[in-house]
Amino acid sequence: MHIQLGHYLVLSTLVFGVGAAGFLIRRNALIQLMCIELMLNSVNLMLVAFNRYNPNNHAGQVFAFFVIAVAAAEAAVGLSIIITLFRLKKTVHTDQVDTLRH
Amino acid sequence: MSSAGIAVFIACGLIALLSSIGTIVVKSPIRAAMCLLVHIVALAGLFLSLHAHLLAALQVIVYAGAVVVLFVFVIMLIGPAVPEQATTRGLVIKSVATALMGILTLTVASVVIGFAPDAPIIDACDPTKGAECGQFGGVGGFARHLFADAVVPFELVSILLTVAIIGAIAVARGRSPSEIEQAKKLAAQKAAAEALPADAAAAGGE
Repeated sequence: MHIQLGHYLVLSTLVFGVGAAGFLIRRNALIQLMCIELMLNSVNLMLVAFNRYNPNNHAGQVFAFFVIAVAAAEAAVGLSIIITLFRLKKTVHTDQVDTLRH
Repeated sequence: MSSAGIAVFIACGLIALLSSIGTIVVKSPIRAAMCLLVHIVALAGLFLSLHAHLLAALQVIVYAGAVVVLFVFVIMLIGPAVPEQATTRGLVIKSVATALMGILTLTVASVVIGFAPDAPIIDACDPTKGAECGQFGGVGGFARHLFADAVVPFELVSILLTVAIIGAIAVARGRSPSEIEQAKKLAAQKAAAEALPADAAAAGGE
């Protein structure tokens, strides 16, 4: 048995699907943020796997590096928004934060 | 790929997939955060099997060391969260969305299986390629590419992180007592200014 590029790509696709489904199902803002991290991570895996098959440069790994940096910034800002939301509404459930819906 | 590489792929891949499912299934956010931690460490193992040593280290340092810790801190601040009430609101749209996402994912996965190149993975190091091959994914090779071809985005990332820090502080910071006082005073002034013309009009009418 040989592990090929396709195996990594399928694993990454599945993890992305799990993250996207979690983002749609769950209504806890914290867990939705974690699902975004899952999706970003799966894309990282795909980039690194592609890079492994073209080892003449490090373009995929550099991209994954930038994705990690952006994900860290996004987590910081997202979590601070959740803290403010909790301070204002005393909840982190997105179903109960629907002022702009009506 | 050596048999050890296959074992690493299967073990880490299974753990990564199961823990990602765990993240979206468990009820309490702290358990979800722990599942995310396991997922991230498993992903670092997969990076190692892809010869991306530096990224595996960064993954553990940045994600496991910073992002998950931030999540745990926020869960601690928010306290034992109110349990998610069983609600039927949006049940249909949720199930339809999940089913669509599942179909889409499986379709993409099967297409990927069909079209992925049959390229064999490059084994640990080809001795004929010498030092260049050994540096793939290490600090040396990675940094050479980063600072030769991607130095502008690298500098932009530093600006992005600074902006994110300032933004996070500005958003999460509460009001100090003096600021609350000032806001109350402003509101009172505004109310007085609105009341005045009405009074004047009432006085003129008499």
